[in-house]
Amino acid sequence: MKMLNIVRSAFRALRRNKMRSFLTMLGIIIGVGAVIAMLAIGQGAEYSVKQQISSLGTNVLIVFPGSQQTGGLRMGAGTVTTLTEEDAWAIQKECPAVAFVSPGARSGGQVIAGNLNWGTSIEGTGADYLEIRSWAVEYGEFYSEQDIKAAAKVCILGKTVADALFPESTPVGQNVRIRNVPFKVLGVLSKKGQNAMGMDQDDIILAPYTTVLRRLSHSPYLRQVLVSATSPSSIGAAQTQITELLRMRHKIAPYDADDFTIRNQSDLAATATATTGILTILLASIASVSLLVGGIGIMNIMLVSVTERTREIGIRMSVGARGRDILTQFLIEALVLSLLGGIIGILLGVGGSVAISAFAKWPTIITVFSILLSFGFSIAIGIFFGFYPARKAALLNPIDALRYE
Amino acid sequence: MTRQPATIPPGSNGVLIRIDHLTKVYPLGEVEVHALRGVSVEIRNGEFLAIMGASGSGKSTFMNILGCLDKPTKGSYLLGDIDVSKLSRDELAHIRNTKIGFVFQGFNLLSRTSAIENAELPLLYCTMSNKERKDRAVAALHRVGLGDRIHHFPNQLSGGQQQRVAIARALVNDPRIVLADEPTGNLDSRTSVEVMGIFQELNNHGITVILVTHEPDIAQFAKRHIVFRDGKIRSDKANTAPRIAADVLKEMPVIDDEEDAA
Repeated sequence: MKMLNIVRSAFRALRRNKMRSFLTMLGIIIGVGAVIAMLAIGQGAEYSVKQQISSLGTNVLIVFPGSQQTGGLRMGAGTVTTLTEEDAWAIQKECPAVAFVSPGARSGGQVIAGNLNWGTSIEGTGADYLEIRSWAVEYGEFYSEQDIKAAAKVCILGKTVADALFPESTPVGQNVRIRNVPFKVLGVLSKKGQNAMGMDQDDIILAPYTTVLRRLSHSPYLRQVLVSATSPSSIGAAQTQITELLRMRHKIAPYDADDFTIRNQSDLAATATATTGILTILLASIASVSLLVGGIGIMNIMLVSVTERTREIGIRMSVGARGRDILTQFLIEALVLSLLGGIIGILLGVGGSVAISAFAKWPTIITVFSILLSFGFSIAIGIFFGFYPARKAALLNPIDALRYE
Repeated sequence: MTRQPATIPPGSNGVLIRIDHLTKVYPLGEVEVHALRGVSVEIRNGEFLAIMGASGSGKSTFMNILGCLDKPTKGSYLLGDIDVSKLSRDELAHIRNTKIGFVFQGFNLLSRTSAIENAELPLLYCTMSNKERKDRAVAALHRVGLGDRIHHFPNQLSGGQQQRVAIARALVNDPRIVLADEPTGNLDSRTSVEVMGIFQELNNHGITVILVTHEPDIAQFAKRHIVFRDGKIRSDKANTAPRIAADVLKEMPVIDDEEDAA
């Protein structure tokens, strides 16, 4: 029997029971639709997390002081203050895999401008800070090397702080008082949004690290050194070079532990991606359960159909249909059901994802992979769940089938 | 799927079917049912044979084996020069497809399927172009007098017309043998005679017709009578003066309700 004829007669058989065929397909439609929508949501989440992580700047390494071992007591990162400005300049000079270095200090406190005040954190940075974090000043200008050398009382406001302290006027050129030290506002940063942990990155004031060290935190030690590698692939090299340099500078014996910690963005990114990846797999596997249930629905209906059409099978066999002709016929019917369901499900899933993006403002990404996957899945389900009923039909004895009432 | 319609080479001295000591035993739980207990018979090309007998006599079992729907337990069945008793399921299907046409008591048409699609059914299982298949189905329907109803569905046709569609289906692959199992069982007497008329006409064109019936006046249209009892052939006689359907019809009162039924 020619394939085209089999497919045509399969469509005819399914048309005979329109309602039943539709309800059977509904299982596959919902399953495939759900898989596509869930994958789209999961991948959308993954993408936005990656976006947020890269908002911290690419190729970034952070050197923290501390984790020093005193006898048997090991302290956490940042507990010991051993990182100095000279360390930072040495990293800049002697590590070829390092592009920019920004020594970091941190303070916090209430900031007053006119009759408004706002509690925020004050980040002391070097001149290359914006390069490293791929950030920019929206208006005004960033402080210069000169300001840093002079420990000038100048600052840059984050967007959130600028909005809180200067709701109606431009902050540039005005003065703010940080813990009673007056600072001149040089500029306002562009909006950066939340970071991967959900913290507002714009709720910050930047000032020369020298100013923060000398006028606010009154300490000679750095809280961190922000470093950017020359390229994403040189992050590892930069990490090794910095480690060797600092161990030498801090005179650490070969078998002693480092008195500093280096963290890089790719570690953080890998963790976050793994988390959202698990989310995607979880969502998709819940959705594929419904696909499986849809497949069982097909098997159920095909079994009913084989029983109902036993006489038809007998007639076909009596006029010369072989077992494999009957097998093909019922397999194709199951396949047509699951394929049609799959195609409608894909349309539904794509439509649903677009609707979710539009109404719930969730990022969704529909990949060709997820469409191919669900399409392949529905074919596999048609064959898998269609085979048993089809084989049952093919193995019928023609006489018994003909006599079946 | 290359299966060409084949013709049976006429066996020696025109013998089409040679059956030798055929037995069929059905296991039925603990006991065995002996449906056929050693049947031997020869059927020549172009015969019109009526197989008769009470129910349980083994005539239906014999018919099923003759039609390659079932296999004998013992004995041989030669169709032309093919030993059918040694064939596989698929090979039997091929024989049914190309050499045998079936007509059943209950018509056994596919419901919600037009006359032409029912008639072309056997041709779906051999290699043939769509056009040739349609042409042959239409020709077969014309041959049984249904040329004007090729797109009707079974529920739009009377019993006699449905049986004609079934006969057209049996004829569409040019078989050498037509097997009819109680073909008039569901029909009124006038329609029965009309259907017998079609079989007689097919027989006049050289097709071997084998008819199973328990109605003696239907058997009178055949040229040879075989009577089964208890799984054996009880009698095998020639019918020297068969009834001619065309003549019988002329004498019958016309009760024309076929058109209304349609």
